[in-house]
Amino acid sequence: MNKSISIARYHPEQDNQPRLQAYQVQSDHSTSVLDALLQVQQQDPSLGFRWSCRMAICGSCGVMVNGIPKLGCKTFLRDYPDELTVSALAHFAVEKDLIVDMQPFLQHLNAVKPYLINSEQSAEPHRQTPAQLAKYQQFANCINCGLCYSACPQFGLNPEFLGPAAITLAQRYNLDSRDQGKAARMPQLNGKNGVWSCTFVGFCSDVCPKKVDPAAAINQGKVASAGDFIISMFKS
Amino acid sequence: MQQLQQDIIVVGGGGAGLRAAIAAAEANPKLQVALLSKVYPMRSHTVAAEGGAAAVTLTEDSLAAHFQDTVSGSDWLAEQDVAAYFVKHAYQELVQLERWGCPWSRKADGSVQVRRFGGMKTERTWFAADRTGFHILHTLFQTSLRYPSIHRFDEYFVLDLLVVEQRIAGVLAIQFSTGQLVQIRAKAVILATGGAGRVFHYNTNGGIVTGDGMALAYRHGVALRDMEFVQYHPTGLPGSGILITEACRGEGGILLNKDGYRYLQDYGLGPETPVGQPKNKYMELGPRDKLSQAFWQQQQLGLTGDYQGHAVVYLDLRHLGKAHLASRLPFICELANAYVNIDPASQPIPIRPAVHYTMGGILTDINCQTSISGLFAVGECASVGLHGANRLGSNSLSELLVFGKVAGEQAAAQAEQANIAPFSAVAGQCQRQQSYISSLFADSCSDSSVAIRTELTLAMEQGCGIYRDNAGMQLCLNRLQALKDRFQQLKVTDNSNLFNSALLQHLELGFGLDVAETICRSALARTESRGAHQRLDQGMTTRNDTDFLQHSLALRQQDGSAAISWQPVTITSLPPAARHYGSQASGSPGNDTTGSSQ
Repeated sequence: MNKSISIARYHPEQDNQPRLQAYQVQSDHSTSVLDALLQVQQQDPSLGFRWSCRMAICGSCGVMVNGIPKLGCKTFLRDYPDELTVSALAHFAVEKDLIVDMQPFLQHLNAVKPYLINSEQSAEPHRQTPAQLAKYQQFANCINCGLCYSACPQFGLNPEFLGPAAITLAQRYNLDSRDQGKAARMPQLNGKNGVWSCTFVGFCSDVCPKKVDPAAAINQGKVASAGDFIISMFKS
Repeated sequence: MQQLQQDIIVVGGGGAGLRAAIAAAEANPKLQVALLSKVYPMRSHTVAAEGGAAAVTLTEDSLAAHFQDTVSGSDWLAEQDVAAYFVKHAYQELVQLERWGCPWSRKADGSVQVRRFGGMKTERTWFAADRTGFHILHTLFQTSLRYPSIHRFDEYFVLDLLVVEQRIAGVLAIQFSTGQLVQIRAKAVILATGGAGRVFHYNTNGGIVTGDGMALAYRHGVALRDMEFVQYHPTGLPGSGILITEACRGEGGILLNKDGYRYLQDYGLGPETPVGQPKNKYMELGPRDKLSQAFWQQQQLGLTGDYQGHAVVYLDLRHLGKAHLASRLPFICELANAYVNIDPASQPIPIRPAVHYTMGGILTDINCQTSISGLFAVGECASVGLHGANRLGSNSLSELLVFGKVAGEQAAAQAEQANIAPFSAVAGQCQRQQSYISSLFADSCSDSSVAIRTELTLAMEQGCGIYRDNAGMQLCLNRLQALKDRFQQLKVTDNSNLFNSALLQHLELGFGLDVAETICRSALARTESRGAHQRLDQGMTTRNDTDFLQHSLALRQQDGSAAISWQPVTITSLPPAARHYGSQASGSPGNDTTGSSQ
């Protein structure tokens, strides 16, 4: 069947601001928003959006669907019987149509030292029990799609806020039994753009397509940060 | 045109490219390493690998056994020195990933868990639930952030390799965000651009897997080896081709035809193993080529089912139970639920084969060096010679680590002793490319890259599928030629500079057409059946070692077409023998665990 879809178009070489444009696409029970965008691109090759895996693991195709951050490939037209409007992810600078500037996101990831810090050398693997793995496993499933940043009112107000994914990644390593880098990460988490900027709206976890639950990671980060603070008081 | 200089350029930010960049940075921190990718590295298609990475791990396993499985799995077309090097170094590379934080699944005692995989006689596949490629890619990407000498060029698309007198001099790229051309000169270049599965219609691959690196090298006279060997993964979702991992069968999943019959027992993979007791190299744990071929045979017999117009068989995981599925195959449950609306705990998943992997690629030696000095290739875009006519599942993730490291170290060694080519030596080449790009734009065009691409992928699916015959491939070749002619006239009608996807799709299509032709011509030239290349023509339905225990080499001719020549296979310790699975495997050379291949 035919379905109407509105897309927020923005070509900085021509437009002063995004404008909505309506398209007709063919839709059946399995048509995703990404499928619809690919159809539109056949009508108008100038439509800009990112995509690749179309199986909700590469994290490329985040967009706002009726104002809610979604992965295009895992959102289906069947769930939108009425209006359907697709626009670029909120809180990021729109570069062209549905393409946003991901650099701030990457800089925030980078800022938390998102890698295992452990100076021991060995030719054999660490031991890590399933229980130890379970402590951070969920937080390791973040696909860096950025939906949580579009959902986060604090990031919208303060782009310097590390944001849900970066804090989650910091927690992922802090909670890893193999890691010794927590002390190196805590200054970022404790800082003015760290965990305390979060007002615990929780929308980040609602929109996460991989059930990573960044809000839980941030909350745990607050507990760790508070502990850090108390310890530092005793030390000083 | 912007001009930059680096010591090493890595093209591609997937597993192989990241591993190579890290290896180069570790080999010599003074070397400046550019990591160019047409997407952000964590979008690379390594991310979609699910099942795991192979390495000899258990005490009852041996390097010789992994070597034999790999060589036999390759239908004896693997380079045996390469396979021996690979099995020897795979374990330390998986440990290295572990030391970098990869969340491998564990046993109760905290040691690394291994699972069964097709064509492997022993459990040796490391896994991180069923998101192994995702975790490998993110671990490598995050680890790469530690190295200040790695400079990322995210969303840069390489237009051409700069080559001066058979020596690499750098690359010419276009910055996606601005449309600016950037010339980067360097002393060594590593191609790690992934496969070409997107030249087929039904595939498990992301949209970015378009064969770019293969075509870049091929256009400069580097041979593409063994291109006829295209792997159909037996279990993709109907229509979309979304990958349903082999680990489902490793965990005990079974394959049923429309009558609920485990048809694999009819194709040399039996006898039937009891449900819930998977047995290595039997039934569902046979190799991918045999399983995809069995699907085709069932389809001919009218024994496949139907899912929305697609012929399917069924992957039954119900007996594994909800808890086991949630811990071992959570992503599969998510995919089945989202894309075919099925809960695998209560319903079998409709599946069918889909193109998954290009066994062939850019010809390299065991050091990942191509025929152009200083140009290296690694990962799926390369043919270092590990997979031969059929890749075993879980060998490719280990391959990109083992040979990614080799490529990075070799490139570093090269960069330490080579000089940067002067600008004057590459200026002409850059100028020609710039003119070419400018010539692509027009206000209107009656044809479209989408139309040509769709016809290309259908032609390949119909002509170079699971079973092939001369007439079908000739037809495919004719269609490809007609599409190449149309492509010459094709114009890009979006003339914007910023994020011009239409331009990139145009260039990718050109790469894909070249790669598709090498696949088709190599397949036509191989008048035997081996591994993933199966012919229906009379006299060609079996393996012919007398004439074809050889690699095909596709070389580009002056007129732009591919000419096929042949290269002997390196055989060190395992002479060609019949390839057996199921009960026939007992006692065959491919199943012999004694002796050493090292």
